[in-house]
Amino acid sequence: MMELEPDEVFADDEDDLENGFYQGKEASKELVVYLVDASPKMFNTTCGGDINGHDETHFHVAVSCIAQSLKTQIINRSYDEIAICFFNTREKKNIQDLNGVYVFTVAHRDYLDRPTARLIKEFDSVQESFIKQIGSQYGILSGSRNNSLYNALWVAQALLRKGSAKTADKRILLFTNEDDPFGSINGITKKDMMRTTLQRAKDAQELGISIELLPLSRPNEEFNASHFYAELLGLEDDDLNQFMPSAVMRFDDLKNQLRKRIFKKRKVRRITFTIANALSIELNTYALIRPTVPGQITWLDSVTNLPIKTERSFVCTDTGTLLQEPPKRSQSYKNEEIKFSSYELSDIKRVSTGHLRLLGFKPLSCLKDYHNLRPTTFLFPSDEEVAGSTCVFIALHKSMLKLKRYAVAFYGSSTHPQLVALIAQDEILNAGGQVEPPGMHMIYLPYSDDIRQTDEVHTYTSSTAPRATDDHVKRATALMRRIDLKEFSVCQFSNPALQRHYAMVQAMALDEDEVPEIADETVPDAEGMARPGVVKALEEFKVSIYGENYEEESGLAVGGKGNTLAKKRKAEDATKESTNYDWSDLADNGRLKDKTVAELKLYLTAHGLPVAGKKELLINRILTHLGK
Amino acid sequence: MARNKEALLLLIDVGPSMHNVLPEVEKICSMLVQKKLIFGKYDEVGVVLFGTEDTDNVLTDEIGGYEHVIVLNHLKVVDGDLIKVLEELPRGTVDGDFLDAIVVGMDMLIKKFGQTIKGKKRLCLITNAIHPIKDPYEGTKQDQVHTIAAQMAAHGMKMECIVYRGEQEMDGNKSAIEENDLLLDTISKMTSSRKVHVGNSTSLLGALRTRNISPVTIYRGDLELSSEVKVMVWVYKKTSEEKFPTLKKYSDKAPETDKLASHEVKVEYEYKKVDDPTKVVPPEQRIKGYRYGPQVVPISSAEWEAVKFKPEKGVKLLGFTDASNIMRHYYMKDVNIVIAEPGNTKAALAVSALARAMKEMNKVAIVRCVWRQGQTQVVIGVLTPNISDRDHVPDSFYLNVLPFVEDVREFQFPSFSNLPSSMLPNNEQQEAADNLVKMLELAPTGKAECLQPEFTPNPVLERFYRYLELKSRHPDAAVPPLDETLKKITEPDSDLLSHSKSVIDEFRRLFELKENPKLKKSARRLLRDKPSGSNDEREDPGNIDDAEAINSIEPASAFKVEKIGVYNPVQDFESMMLRRDGTEWVNKAITDMKSIIWELIEDSFEGDNFQKVLECLIALRKGCILEQEPKQFNDFLLKLCKFCTEKDLASFTEFLASKNFMLISKTEAEESEITEDEAKSFLVKAEQK
Repeated sequence: MMELEPDEVFADDEDDLENGFYQGKEASKELVVYLVDASPKMFNTTCGGDINGHDETHFHVAVSCIAQSLKTQIINRSYDEIAICFFNTREKKNIQDLNGVYVFTVAHRDYLDRPTARLIKEFDSVQESFIKQIGSQYGILSGSRNNSLYNALWVAQALLRKGSAKTADKRILLFTNEDDPFGSINGITKKDMMRTTLQRAKDAQELGISIELLPLSRPNEEFNASHFYAELLGLEDDDLNQFMPSAVMRFDDLKNQLRKRIFKKRKVRRITFTIANALSIELNTYALIRPTVPGQITWLDSVTNLPIKTERSFVCTDTGTLLQEPPKRSQSYKNEEIKFSSYELSDIKRVSTGHLRLLGFKPLSCLKDYHNLRPTTFLFPSDEEVAGSTCVFIALHKSMLKLKRYAVAFYGSSTHPQLVALIAQDEILNAGGQVEPPGMHMIYLPYSDDIRQTDEVHTYTSSTAPRATDDHVKRATALMRRIDLKEFSVCQFSNPALQRHYAMVQAMALDEDEVPEIADETVPDAEGMARPGVVKALEEFKVSIYGENYEEESGLAVGGKGNTLAKKRKAEDATKESTNYDWSDLADNGRLKDKTVAELKLYLTAHGLPVAGKKELLINRILTHLGK
Repeated sequence: MARNKEALLLLIDVGPSMHNVLPEVEKICSMLVQKKLIFGKYDEVGVVLFGTEDTDNVLTDEIGGYEHVIVLNHLKVVDGDLIKVLEELPRGTVDGDFLDAIVVGMDMLIKKFGQTIKGKKRLCLITNAIHPIKDPYEGTKQDQVHTIAAQMAAHGMKMECIVYRGEQEMDGNKSAIEENDLLLDTISKMTSSRKVHVGNSTSLLGALRTRNISPVTIYRGDLELSSEVKVMVWVYKKTSEEKFPTLKKYSDKAPETDKLASHEVKVEYEYKKVDDPTKVVPPEQRIKGYRYGPQVVPISSAEWEAVKFKPEKGVKLLGFTDASNIMRHYYMKDVNIVIAEPGNTKAALAVSALARAMKEMNKVAIVRCVWRQGQTQVVIGVLTPNISDRDHVPDSFYLNVLPFVEDVREFQFPSFSNLPSSMLPNNEQQEAADNLVKMLELAPTGKAECLQPEFTPNPVLERFYRYLELKSRHPDAAVPPLDETLKKITEPDSDLLSHSKSVIDEFRRLFELKENPKLKKSARRLLRDKPSGSNDEREDPGNIDDAEAINSIEPASAFKVEKIGVYNPVQDFESMMLRRDGTEWVNKAITDMKSIIWELIEDSFEGDNFQKVLECLIALRKGCILEQEPKQFNDFLLKLCKFCTEKDLASFTEFLASKNFMLISKTEAEESEITEDEAKSFLVKAEQK
């Protein structure tokens, strides 16, 4: 901590770098091979319809999950490299020239490479051409020595040979709905094939490659990992429970489950939580919610479209000397410049020795809706370094839930020490799997300096503030029953601005002229609002508050309608006044500048032009309008 | 007075019953003036004390009465001297009459500013209000207060009351307390000013708004329930982080003799081609590029303008939903407050009706907000009801921002119920946890809530401004330790801990924590508090590679150590000091070692790694003598000891003293400025402090 770069100490730490989950650790990039089973069973099996009632094949589910994750990845983790590899295919395409394995890629891109715009576009339509160009066929059949699963693992492992295990996370994500790949064969051949396949998987794992299974199953024929895959993944019975997703009815749920597992769970950091003296447990923190912003800007030279680098230099204004990072900062105070060194500043910020320190507990009702500043951080215990942490955490978690308490703690980061509230969150499951993971959410609390007494700005001094009567409330209640979003979930909307941004960048990357229209999901449901019941409830609410004369009553407002009327009146007046001048003549003779600003504004108001700005600007505006 | 200037009169009760909190009152009042020196240089501040032995105010001279009220400081533009005055408030000897002080204060404001209502006039009363006030010559106390409040309102004055009452004070004269509260309430209501009660010294520091920020609306317009029904509202910020001040870069290049030097630093940017760094690209020739996989896509601002998302300004209702659908942890940002347009009674009724219906039905409203025309983002927000319990404050909504799909990262975590039973608490343990949660209660019924955000000041800012003041007087002063009142924010309250000792001990006894011996050392790195994503692997708390790396190099001593790990710091340090393939290694070794020591000491746990720290210090000391770097070592050790004394780690300095640990003296290294005696005795001095 002594060696902080001066820049960091001085930084106003607008945001810790822990904001933004993707920025996580650029140092370790990820190499992923998506291994997708393309056997006829993947095409024959469908899972319950999506919202519109269409049945979808397992193959479709797998492919659309991958397509979706690619889109996230290309923007946020574009240094990661991926390969898409189908097995149980009719055609083959791979370096080893093995049967039944087809590696999908596009022009100007290696098998294992960063995702490109073209890959995303072509992969989006891979299903249409799949049967014709790649084909689906069982790769493990009795009477043949072919073993497509073995081949697939071999190809994947070979692809992942690139890069060192130290600097890259290597993963194989296996999508299949066949829990017993060697079910169709018997005897010694079966034994032999299983043995070699397991050995292949083990070899890969020893090379630091993790193999993860994303099974697709149906309620009536649950994926049974114990047939074969438990051994391949090296899972014990205990782990199996934890690992296997629940069988689901709906396609969307299945997709959700898979999607959650495609991205590796990345912790932001490991912290110690001091509960009492000499009692500290280990926690991992995760950024589950962070605003996603359009990727970082890279400045380019517009002539060559090549990147440019920015060099920053510090110049002493007094002497013109080029400085290294200035060693001191200053604050004007009492007509003096008070200087601070970086050490002093970091000392000031060091107000606590620990990471996270428990201060006590409060009833949940003490946490107000306005006690918020930033997105929360999720805490989950870990026994990796301090065994027993999980047990302590769970005990506290249970007590807090039972007693309806939250913990108040001090989070002593060196840049942003803050009081926090820890809220215990119980696990929430639904048919689609885990909706809310169990753990604690850390809420960053404001200090008194951060809370504004805005409620007191507009108080009613002479009378009491208007309060709704029971009738008003009754109407409002009726309205609420009508416009009830029953299924609302917090993140059901895409960010329209971000979607537009991505669409634009993608179109430009592919040299397409048209930017596809993006639907804005955030606008109110006009159709729903127009339902007679809703309209009636709205009308009744309106009448109960405003009476029959809503137009005038709401127009009483200082701004709003009155304002427009005033504007109109002023414009009329100005038009009259303005006719007293021969503007064109004034302009031609350059005499506009002799007129007062008030006079100039007459013209502008009369013609509905903005009247803001300096005189020069006003004159220019008039000239432009006159076409001179 | 200009529009934004403020005239503030502090009315401070210095009677005997206030003496125990006057230190905090002094601090908060000085802080207020300090912030004015930075953010409101032209504001005027006056100080009136009551409960004093003496009497010194104009009203006494003019009409008599108003005893035991003195004007300590007349209204004048803030300056440094005022801070000194406030830092040493005289202690009074009689129980003060706050109403007298208020009248004196009002009189001062009126005399100075007459009827002009330009600028803000504020009175700030700090008292415990436990002693009965005098009966008026005529009429009742209530009448008198009404007259005063009406006068205040007429002159556009506001009065903030901070009523401090600890536990003892609460037991005082009940009827006087009730009466006083009623009187103060009347004033606060009639002048629409704030009145707060605080119960401990830490809260007192947070109770007074030391910086005035005039609220600015971020939106004025319709809340559209539908295209037909609209309610006029204004939106303000409710919370907004007060940042650590942005300090100027300071250049000390100018010669000391140059009194006119600005000491400013200009930051210049130059853009250069990556492939040819000698070529400079003019700023206007740049174009923004957006990464898309390996491609960087150039898009000009004109192109953006043509296609970017341009929603219409407005706040539109999407619908209502059960409050339980919106979990608290989804709130994304600082919070806004939505009020009906001031003066618009119908709008206020509509807001009130909706808020009360929401409260009654436990519903919230989901809205789509675009605050300004031309804004390129929409915000999905949740309105929650804020039902006012004060007659003159209208009902309103709080507005919190919710995440979009893109903002949520869904990870799957193991269910607690699926974990092996060894990781789950047994009944006895669960009971101990329940007891702990019950005992460490910060908001006990019937008592004031501790650490309420509304009354908890930011300790870093507090410390910064105090240090700023200190530095203005003693430019070389070191950062003083965090004072006791502020420590109650960063550390558990010692009273609460000792009160709950048996419960805590029981909890500790029942849960067994074991550090994984293999990883233990890397755990030590936990305290490195650098954000991940830093290039320096060592800073990465999740990375255990380097511990392993160092492990693996142990046998091969020929290996060139590039950094000091926590595993074998002494050995790494020595190897690095011996590296001769560059001069920078010595410095790096020393620097690295220092940070390792910091780390170990910060993470020490009942002295468990003091021995190791000592070994490191010995190695560092030896190295610094060999390389003739005594100052580096001495400064470091002094700093370390100072840190330990401040942070309840005094046991470490004692430990060092018991080992006769010394600074590097002149006899050992010529460059040292420390005599042998000093070197030996430095720890004694540190302890005395």
